[in-house]
Amino acid sequence: MTLLEFSRGTMLHIALIVFVFGVLWRLVTTFMLGWRKRKSEWRTSAGQSAVKGAIAVGNRSWPHPEFLNRTAFGEAVGYGYHIGLFAIVLLGAPHVVFWKNLFGINASWWPTIPSGIISVVSVVTIFLLLIATIRRYMPPPLRRISNFDDWFTLVILFTLMITGVMAVFGIGGRYELILAAHIIAFNVLLIWFPFSKLMHAFYILPARFFIGYTHAKKGAST
Amino acid sequence: MSTSNRKERPTIGQIMDENGVGRRRFLKYCAGITALMAMPPGMTAAFAQQLRAARRPTVIYMPFQECTGCLESLTRSFAPSLESLIFETISLDYNHTLQAAAGHAAEEARHEAMKEAWGEYILICDGSIPTKLDGIYGASAGHSFVDQLHEAAEGAAAIVAVGVCASYGGVGAAYPNPTGAVGVSDIIKNKPIINVPGCPPIPEVMTGTLVSFLASGVPELDKHLRPKAFFGNTIHDRCYRRRFYDTGLFAESFDDEGARNGWCLYKLGCRGPTTYNACATIKWNGGTSWPVESGHGCLGCSEPDFWDQGGFYEPVTSKLFNDTGQIAGAAAAGVAVGAAAALAANRRKKKLSGQVDKETSS
Repeated sequence: MTLLEFSRGTMLHIALIVFVFGVLWRLVTTFMLGWRKRKSEWRTSAGQSAVKGAIAVGNRSWPHPEFLNRTAFGEAVGYGYHIGLFAIVLLGAPHVVFWKNLFGINASWWPTIPSGIISVVSVVTIFLLLIATIRRYMPPPLRRISNFDDWFTLVILFTLMITGVMAVFGIGGRYELILAAHIIAFNVLLIWFPFSKLMHAFYILPARFFIGYTHAKKGAST
Repeated sequence: MSTSNRKERPTIGQIMDENGVGRRRFLKYCAGITALMAMPPGMTAAFAQQLRAARRPTVIYMPFQECTGCLESLTRSFAPSLESLIFETISLDYNHTLQAAAGHAAEEARHEAMKEAWGEYILICDGSIPTKLDGIYGASAGHSFVDQLHEAAEGAAAIVAVGVCASYGGVGAAYPNPTGAVGVSDIIKNKPIINVPGCPPIPEVMTGTLVSFLASGVPELDKHLRPKAFFGNTIHDRCYRRRFYDTGLFAESFDDEGARNGWCLYKLGCRGPTTYNACATIKWNGGTSWPVESGHGCLGCSEPDFWDQGGFYEPVTSKLFNDTGQIAGAAAAGVAVGAAAALAANRRKKKLSGQVDKETSS
């Protein structure tokens, strides 16, 4: 069995099993924990609170005007590499083909971006990730609240991005080995995902919604 | 087929002279071979000199678990032609498909040729070698292919495994590999082996490898024992459709606009990115065309286990498992464990809040 076969076969299979199990375990546990009993009277109806919750999802996804000067750069870098990652993963032709095959769907409507543009986006995303890493390390407060979880996730992301670029540009060795390394990095990401801060991908929007919802119920503005 | 003593054999240069092949034609022929092997033009003269000095070698061609496709391909070689290969370059002393003799006479001819050129002949193998049940799945002249290979390999100067079957087991070794088929290099470990894989290999690659071996010995090989000169680049790197891949233009089916416009076949399962071969540069049928130019993706036939790399119409990154039951099971287990963890946490929370209430009231 070649390394590429292993990465596309046994390892991908195991990684998907761990990912599906872990994500559902954490999501079901979180959503079934329930809410704390409130003894005070609700200030708004459920419907109005839901609207406030939805607004909070938008509000809290944008820099607070009061801190804009201090946080704008970090937010821009964060948004930049997240958008870059989404564009590469969801619109890069080899990735689209991978998802279609993985989910067994035809989806001829699924658009792709030319490889040249994806290559530029990839290099920019790596650069932004590098800035984000430096920003995480340089200021002592951020460094102190960072732990193994953050650094290991960054290592996986860098490996994934760099091997992807190497595969596209045909540098650093034989294509099938680089491709295997790229898929192995993805498999490691899948395995690591449910047990790391990467779960924010699933939690972030519901969390913001529930904060807005409960604040509205209690009569507080967000 | 000649079985004359090796030392008495003429050099290739002498044969050329006898046949009235002029220096210019011979150099042109060598320039063709060196160009095929991507050697620098300055190497042509040295290559020609070495080839002229080489003695006409004995070649034993042993077919095993094969379909004769590789031999068919070899006989359609254009540069050099099979005739020139047999009569000007090599002495094909045994090939039971091409030779007139059959049965015991053919076996005797092989043994005689091997005896006379012991330690010096080139052994060409074609087809995989079945190893299960002591190799009973493949036998000829009362001997298993495994035994025949060991016997023939012992006296060989080098072995050239032609075709993906002789190189890595090929279709015979495809899952579940009922005969335990393997390639030559899985059995023979003490001889120089050159793999020329493909299903079949490109004729010019086979003959070019042989002629190159005659002129300068075993060429530089990659990790799969393939000559780097022919197997150094991927099909994808040299494909004339590569520009469509780079601009994101893909055929989605074999009869859509993309297919008609000659766009990239990546989405239709082309194995070009992971396949090392010279199809895109040397092409087939004397440079007429090649599979991708004919509208079909590369199958990856020069790669080990190419039959077991998923469907031929699935892309190179496609998953290599069909099971979804275990993933569904993992989902069910995740929900169950998550629910159990939440219930346990809630129970603990209630218990703790009960204690707090008690303490507050007391």
